[in-house]
Amino acid sequence: MEFFRYTRTFNFMGKSKMAMFLSVAVVLASYAILVTKGLNYGVDFAGGTVVQVKYETTAPINKMRQALKGNELFASASISEFGSPDEVVIRMKTSSGNVTRDIGDITREALKGTGEFTIRRVDIVGPTVGAELKEKGIMSLLLAMFGILVYVAFRFEWRFAVASIVALVHDVSIALGMVALFAIDVNLDVLAGLLTILGYSLNDTIIVFDRIREGVIKGRNVELRDTINESVTRTLARTTLTSLTTFFVVFTLFMFGGEIIHPFAFTLLVGVVVGTYSSVFVASPILLWFGFDVKNYHVKLANKAKREAEKKKMRDQFDGGIV
Amino acid sequence: MKLNYRIVIFALAIIFGISFSLPSLTQSEEGKKITLGLDLQGGLHMLLGVKTEEATKSRIKSITASIKHFSDRNDILIDGLSFDENEIRFEVLDEDELFKFDEFFKDIEGIEVIKNKTSISLSLTPEEIIKTEKEAISQAIETIRNRLDQFGLSEPVVARQGEEKILVQLAGIKTQEEEQRARELISRAAKLELMAVDEDRNARVYNMSDSDAAEYGDIILLDAKNPEIKYLVREIPILDGGMLTDASMGFDQNNRPLINFKLNAEGAEIFGDFTGRSVGKRLAVVLDGKVYSAPNINERIGGGSGQISGNYTVMEAKDLAIALRSGALLAPIYMMEKRSVGPSLGADSIQASLVALIGGFVLVIIFMMVYYRLAGVIANIALIANLFILLAVMSLFGATLTLPGMAGIVLTVGMAVDANVIISERIRELIYEGKSMHKAIEEGYANAMRAILDANITTLIASIVLYAYGTGAIKGFAITMSIGILASMLTAILGTHGVYQMLESRITKSKNNKLWFGIKG
Repeated sequence: MEFFRYTRTFNFMGKSKMAMFLSVAVVLASYAILVTKGLNYGVDFAGGTVVQVKYETTAPINKMRQALKGNELFASASISEFGSPDEVVIRMKTSSGNVTRDIGDITREALKGTGEFTIRRVDIVGPTVGAELKEKGIMSLLLAMFGILVYVAFRFEWRFAVASIVALVHDVSIALGMVALFAIDVNLDVLAGLLTILGYSLNDTIIVFDRIREGVIKGRNVELRDTINESVTRTLARTTLTSLTTFFVVFTLFMFGGEIIHPFAFTLLVGVVVGTYSSVFVASPILLWFGFDVKNYHVKLANKAKREAEKKKMRDQFDGGIV
Repeated sequence: MKLNYRIVIFALAIIFGISFSLPSLTQSEEGKKITLGLDLQGGLHMLLGVKTEEATKSRIKSITASIKHFSDRNDILIDGLSFDENEIRFEVLDEDELFKFDEFFKDIEGIEVIKNKTSISLSLTPEEIIKTEKEAISQAIETIRNRLDQFGLSEPVVARQGEEKILVQLAGIKTQEEEQRARELISRAAKLELMAVDEDRNARVYNMSDSDAAEYGDIILLDAKNPEIKYLVREIPILDGGMLTDASMGFDQNNRPLINFKLNAEGAEIFGDFTGRSVGKRLAVVLDGKVYSAPNINERIGGGSGQISGNYTVMEAKDLAIALRSGALLAPIYMMEKRSVGPSLGADSIQASLVALIGGFVLVIIFMMVYYRLAGVIANIALIANLFILLAVMSLFGATLTLPGMAGIVLTVGMAVDANVIISERIRELIYEGKSMHKAIEEGYANAMRAILDANITTLIASIVLYAYGTGAIKGFAITMSIGILASMLTAILGTHGVYQMLESRITKSKNNKLWFGIKG
């Protein structure tokens, strides 16, 4: 079977202005959502408590609300269904420092009499830990981007590196915007999802860049625009295929992976789509706009090859005893 | 068919993968296995903080107690012995006896003594305070570990995290009640003090406030069984649990559980001296600031053993004995973070992620086979080998598989075929260009190699950052992703190349590109 057989080059860069317009619009919309709606920080970053309760029958949410009423600790509690009608999570902004009798125990005691239930999960994150995790989380995103920037600059050229980082920022921004739009709890797993998007989207970008580099070196076209178009077209089958297989698994994870994995799978789902798009329509045009100079690159490459040849020659002479 | 080094390495890798992942897959007794994370098998994860400032306070208190004992024993008259958070003050009545303290102070480490004529004030040096605080953390770790080792759960983890946090991980907890019991055991101060009841004033205790009591150098303590009953006891204890050598559960004559304890030689001596001097008075057995009993002293008690009786259940008495035996916590601990997952939720998570894994796996396998035909089958062999190697490496390192780790494996399935997609696409291109089969395969691999390497290394960078900055379960994701990527380079690049080289003559002879690569021509 074949989706794309390379017969002619598609003019991707001709559509780049339109694509860029779309990208900028979506990214701006994402920022607007982030500013107005804001991220829904979960306990990992905001601190607080999550108690997951499973009832034998449908969870009596109203009864539970009554039972939790009156206690200061539960003032901020919100109860919502979790995956099935007999399972709920109670989210609270409060946490407790007492080891022996924590807020989870107090919840259990308070819920007595609302029906047959078991407490399946209690997450308590104190304010100091929450702040620390947030700091670490932001650091990890920045550090990963920096590491990638350095590697790509080293393996390709600085313009490639900057273009890929712009694409990554684009992907992460849109993913965060979607996370905010759907009010997904932002916990450590969403952060892991974002970092995975970084890796995945970059993966895609690099495959395309590698082709561009190859095209530039082989020098079939003098115009970078044509090289990019040809490279993107030639990698189109691969881009689509890998995106599809990855999309398959992420989608099964999202559908069947269970409620707890949902935020993570959702983040990835957005990331796979956006990451694929951005490697074609964001990273490549930026390379073009940065004015990556093919001729100059050829000269550089030629100089490099010359230097190496000279070195080799000198070494050979040296080894041969002639100085 | 020709053997080549690549296919040999690939075969060895598959054998390695299958044989070392078998113990984990069959859950056999022997062999190294993957450990399930707390989120999958259920358990308790806690990050505890230590209130270190309390450790300095209690150190000052215990120095005060030893001054009291020293002066009593040597018949030195002192007056106004008192202490607060920072210092201890007292006055020696006879100036000629001042020197007797010099030798005594020399034996106490890390104190600063200021003498003003006959009044003496003691405080801890700043270095000593830091040392005491550090010790409080190490001691808390040691104590909690001792207690949990005796609690009966397998392989509890107690470790220092960062400078002053304590990580506690308990697997195999079944119920919330059991978890609470474990937490109680961990956090119990288990501070045993034997204190003298102030018989002269005890009758007035119900009309006294805490500050009234402080004026006499006393404190008011409540009875453990009946909080209505109050005792007025001397603030400076006769001795504390630091001198305890053993504690065990026993039964009284009515077959009610109680705790027997033994003191070391020094403690026994102090205890003997005190009881000898205080016949007719009462001795309060105080545990964690509550009076458990206050028996009358009928005679000098030597031997240094005693009992604590309370309305204990057997379980409580057992736990308390463990706590006392493992020593008191020098400073109270508090909870900074807790993650607790019930075993049923863990089982649900395993099931859900397995469904996702198998579902995703089957989809990818079918897709690859339909799209690439035999090339897809070869890629699928590499993918399956990849999974086995991933499991084998995790088993060998005894790595922990968490729920995000499972997600990492699922993702690996989707992304590991990428290398083979890239290679197959390259080979297709070269076939279209009219290259010979040999050239198409070799050039295809050579061209694809660079892209695969660069792409995988950058993904690896992201995973490593995730590992370094991630906590708990997230680390598991970084681990499976990283191993998956590395294994995919072995199976997808080296392994499948070997397979193609082995089959090359056959592919060339068959001239059936549709069968082998899913393309016409």
